[in-house]
Amino acid sequence: MCLAVPGKIVSIDTSVPELKTAKVDFGGIVKHICVQWVDVQEGDYILAHAGMAISVLDEGEALQTLADFDAIARALESD
Amino acid sequence: MQYIDDYRNNTHIQTLARAINRKVAHEWNIMEICGGQTYAIARYRLEDLLPPEVRLLHGPGCPVCVTSEEVIDHALDIARHPEVILASFGDMMRVPGNETDLLHLKAQGADIRLLYSPLDAVELAAANPAREVVFFAVGFETTIPVHLAALQEARRRKMTNFSLLCSFFAVAPAMEMIVQQPDNRVDGFLAAGHVCAITGNAACRRLAARYKHPVIITGFEPVDLLYGLYRCICQLERNEAQVENAYKRAVPENGNTVAQALMNDALDTVGCKWRGIGYIPDSGFVLKAKYSAYDATGKFPFENTKHLTNTRCISGEIMKGKLCTADCHCFGTECTPEHPAGAPMVSAEGVCAAYYRYRQP
Amino acid sequence: MKTVCPVPYNASDTILLGHGSGGRMSHQLIRDVFRAAFGNPLLDQDHDGCVFAVEAGRMAYSTDTFVVHPLFFKGGNIGDLAVNGTVNDLACCGAVPRYLATGFILEEGLPLTTLQAIVHSMQAAAGKAHVSIVTGDTKVVEHGKCDGIFINTSGVGIVPEGINIAPSRATVGDVVICSGNIGVHGVAIMSARDSLGFETALESDTTALNHITQQLLCTIADVHVLRDPTRGGVGTTLNEIAAAANVAIELDEAALPVPNAVKAASEILGIDPLYIANEGIMLVILPERHAEQALRLLQRFVESKNATTVGRVVASGRATVTLKTVYGNHRTVPMLAGEQLPRIC
Repeated sequence: MCLAVPGKIVSIDTSVPELKTAKVDFGGIVKHICVQWVDVQEGDYILAHAGMAISVLDEGEALQTLADFDAIARALESD
Repeated sequence: MQYIDDYRNNTHIQTLARAINRKVAHEWNIMEICGGQTYAIARYRLEDLLPPEVRLLHGPGCPVCVTSEEVIDHALDIARHPEVILASFGDMMRVPGNETDLLHLKAQGADIRLLYSPLDAVELAAANPAREVVFFAVGFETTIPVHLAALQEARRRKMTNFSLLCSFFAVAPAMEMIVQQPDNRVDGFLAAGHVCAITGNAACRRLAARYKHPVIITGFEPVDLLYGLYRCICQLERNEAQVENAYKRAVPENGNTVAQALMNDALDTVGCKWRGIGYIPDSGFVLKAKYSAYDATGKFPFENTKHLTNTRCISGEIMKGKLCTADCHCFGTECTPEHPAGAPMVSAEGVCAAYYRYRQP
Repeated sequence: MKTVCPVPYNASDTILLGHGSGGRMSHQLIRDVFRAAFGNPLLDQDHDGCVFAVEAGRMAYSTDTFVVHPLFFKGGNIGDLAVNGTVNDLACCGAVPRYLATGFILEEGLPLTTLQAIVHSMQAAAGKAHVSIVTGDTKVVEHGKCDGIFINTSGVGIVPEGINIAPSRATVGDVVICSGNIGVHGVAIMSARDSLGFETALESDTTALNHITQQLLCTIADVHVLRDPTRGGVGTTLNEIAAAANVAIELDEAALPVPNAVKAASEILGIDPLYIANEGIMLVILPERHAEQALRLLQRFVESKNATTVGRVVASGRATVTLKTVYGNHRTVPMLAGEQLPRIC
């Protein structure tokens, strides 16, 4: 369930305060996505599901996870 | 693509596959909850990378598959009203009710539209003031608040020609039902990361503490799935039962509080029927009475007199983790995407369709 | 009582039922729109059909009908598709396309300027492909009975001596070359549809490929199969070829030329690029010893500059298409049950 795709905020439109939207670039495809539920600025990455940004992607956590993969790889080498 | 390519990277896949093989000492049954995860496991054939000790069970997290025949019949009935435009996601179009499906009804002239977002349905209603736009709103907690956002937008714009036919499910009660089965086989769960992105991790924590099974909040890319499995297996081998978040980039501990507030405001919790599985207490949601103006069940009352009597389909047992597609006598023979015997053979994320489509050569 | 003439025979700015009546309005339309654009000596025979001399050898004959929404999209319109589609079908039979016939079904109310724009695109595409539109027909249906315009084109071409292209010829040891990027046309069309609401810089790649196939076949006569993977995409087309030749085809996922925007659209819509329609690429199946030469030749043309080897015919006696994933495991690439629908769940 729940196809959600990461995309980068290009611009934000707050003209309807109850329904803030953003132009989001998904890597060559641009869609208007509602960003009412997330606190975002241009350049942030969000996770979009059915036209809604449900989460802001956390770069620090992403890097930490990738570092974890490297640590697992090193542990395999040293075993 | 940023936040995708790294999580499909072959080096990470091989690292995690080796780490899992190294770590496993016992046999484990691990259930991924979400249909999107099942789809990725099938599509990337991740099971080929796992040691024989690790068996994946495929959970009930495809709302299209578990939406009951009665609700689909109701949608079909609503779509037959000439003043109605019935809109839904592409996934719902081929799922059969007791007699037909939305695509066939569309072919007979019903005005049925395929949309990307429930918010687009609000625009459709605004553009067609003389018509009643009904969005066939299926979903778990990830999608439910998006439907509610559409409802709130229609309300803000004082529209009277927009309503939702809701088929809303809660994931945690289904997980609980599975582990409560006397012959439960599930040792650990990969929880649906995108549901947790909305709900937060509290329900998973309760489940892990109460039933002593590890629950790993897991993403949807192949690397995410192997990472979730790795961490689950590490716990199982250490005899632990914790909640771990293996999808921290997308899932904060408390989820999305704005979306939670929308759900608390608009929904009552009810017991409901899951197709193939049966009734699960407190596993569904209906709109509160104050939103009855946007509830298609009130606008289009429906008495279903038909009962499906297909006993060949064992998908309920598969989604409970008791059987697998290999146990089904119909799989790939009597039951194919062209002639589905059960809903999981229809939806792309249904376990049967995913395994049929991406089966081993 | 005043009488009103029911058939306005002066120029109209929209298509009316009378334009399909066979009367004066029909003749005006043919003269002012179709003949004005397509004019050539064979068409000017002004006959119920077209009479022409036949050449020695074998001929290829193909037909295709075009319904597309919207009619105009980035990179082309239904007129380009209608000419390029049949030209490419002939080219993939190994033929040199020569003559096209075209049938139009017009919806009452279609703006004449729209029809003219489409017809001019058809003529430009025909000119580029060195084919002539030599005969045609027009019918007009009531408003609501068709989506603006439907076009059928049929064409004939000459198959040069020594050329034998057929899906059944795919043989173990052959390689599968894809002449260009996958999924571009389909994504451009989807983005032009309001209902899916996304924007992309991608343009349809619709183009005629016959100049490329002619060069290829002049240089390498031993090409086994040529196919343009249009509706159903590369996945469906390869399944058809595997079935016709009763062979197993294996694709290499890492080698598939899928542009980022096509990947992105596929992610958002939950669809597979292997099943997205293409209009400007072809699959070339030929013995491996010719692969290098074929690639060098294809890459010289702008339309096929991204040509690359994507797979091979690995076994005979079973009709399957499989994909070697980037992780080194294998999965089937089946024929889909029906149309690929965007999914969200």
